[in-house]
Amino acid sequence: MTLDDILASLFLEGHDIRNNDGLLLGSGPLKGGGRAEVIGVADRTAVGVDDAIRLSGQVLAALERGGDGPILVLVDSDSQRMSKRDELLGLNEFLAHLAKCLIYADMQGRHTVGLLYGHTAAGAFIATALATRTLVALPGAEPEVMDLPSMSKVTKLSIEVLKEKAKSTPVFAPGLDNLAQTGAVLATWDEKISLADQLQALLGNDRQGGDQRDRLGKARGGRPKAADMAERVYDLALQPE
Amino acid sequence: MSALLTETEDKPQTAWDDAASWYEASARQRVRSLLDAGSFKEFIGPEQREVSPHLRVFELPEQFDDGMIVGRGRLSGEPAFIAAQEGRFMGGAFGEVHGAKLTGLLRAARYVKSIPVLILFDTGGVRLQEANAGELAIAEIMRALIEARMAGVKVVGLIGGRAGCYGGGGLIAGCCSALAVSEQGRISVSGPEVIETNRGVEEFDSKDRALVWRTMGGKHRRLLGGADAFTSDTIQSFRDIALHLIRSAPGFGMDVLKAEQARLGERLERFSSCADALDIWKAEGVPDAEAVPAMPAEDFIAVANKVREPRYDAR
Repeated sequence: MTLDDILASLFLEGHDIRNNDGLLLGSGPLKGGGRAEVIGVADRTAVGVDDAIRLSGQVLAALERGGDGPILVLVDSDSQRMSKRDELLGLNEFLAHLAKCLIYADMQGRHTVGLLYGHTAAGAFIATALATRTLVALPGAEPEVMDLPSMSKVTKLSIEVLKEKAKSTPVFAPGLDNLAQTGAVLATWDEKISLADQLQALLGNDRQGGDQRDRLGKARGGRPKAADMAERVYDLALQPE
Repeated sequence: MSALLTETEDKPQTAWDDAASWYEASARQRVRSLLDAGSFKEFIGPEQREVSPHLRVFELPEQFDDGMIVGRGRLSGEPAFIAAQEGRFMGGAFGEVHGAKLTGLLRAARYVKSIPVLILFDTGGVRLQEANAGELAIAEIMRALIEARMAGVKVVGLIGGRAGCYGGGGLIAGCCSALAVSEQGRISVSGPEVIETNRGVEEFDSKDRALVWRTMGGKHRRLLGGADAFTSDTIQSFRDIALHLIRSAPGFGMDVLKAEQARLGERLERFSSCADALDIWKAEGVPDAEAVPAMPAEDFIAVANKVREPRYDAR
């Protein structure tokens, strides 16, 4: 689906979302009433300091305007912008700030929903899609932490060997199915059905308490140990000294 | 204070003295000598052999603590939770078990509310052999950290290890209530080699060590406002600064986020066209910017405090 198709299917009555050099900013009316704020990264744009601060500014502005509508984060990005200038200016702070704004918004009752409809990678993935409460994807989405050629360089294993190993575990190789098995992606939407209806169903679900991604990863077999390790440390930490 | 602590330390734990280098110390040595002597109690220690379930796929050696130590202890008599990364195991990188230990600790801190958390960063970022689990662990840690801060927990990051604080580690650091960094403590998302590989040596020459230090190193982060405090490379000075930051670190909420938005926005307005850290330091009003890289820690701290007051309300 193209971005225009996605927005048309999400917002049947139209919307005011604009693509500003790869950054999506705006809002649209929900099928079930109310409005969704929308931020996003389009056209496989890399997320640098200038991009991150515009997105965080939009989230804070939405919070200041008030209301209880969800915040949608649409993502088809590159990785974080890799440049001397971005690191010189403290890119880690800008990306962390964007993630903080999204996490805070969700804690204030503004359900954050990530919709991964294209590519994303590394730091851009963490600061946008992975900072939402509920992350869904469209078929064909291509999340990755690092591409296989780069991974091959670091691990000193050939791409063929990496591809062979990827058959036995979803834990390292790029791709939507692999990320979903670790618990990062809740569901993949059906592009033949109205996205507005699928969004409405998701928003109607009771908000489960806490971050459930490690349990999901355990249930799906992609992360066998994370949920149990976190729970054991939690229990030990609560025991009296 | 240190004399008092030394007197009460039991012998097996005093082999590492306060003047020892933070950079040279192992994660375990840092934890034991940062906390009050004999007070450290580890959660899921190496004796339990909770290793990574994924490294064997790559026929790589495992470590019994997966490079992450978490537990509780006392700092100057007050309880503290602590987490430390071992930069000498897989570059301190975040894997499934490594990350989940910190997530569990932060979730507990959120519940307890009154006990601060110290995070001793030493990491190259995500462990690529378990990249998906590591990436997600970082996202879970960031959420747990912010939820803990919302509950009133102070989370203080200490950065001065061999591996620096790169990749997702830099994003977690950006979520902490306060950060202390030594000269060796580089903070960055993309590492020098990653930028050079992707954009070419003209963009960033990873072999130019002076360039790496002044772009990502502790002195630049302090002058830029990316870290609240600069400290010399000793265990004692990291302990002193940790105590100070626990007391002065801000809470968390809309006001802090708005202040951070303004702080970062102002940074872009002032330094957006600076080509090099030297230009930023000059624009900041550092009298002899060229002398900064070679400046001893005490002199640098005095200069930094003069040109940029730490902002404890905007992080």
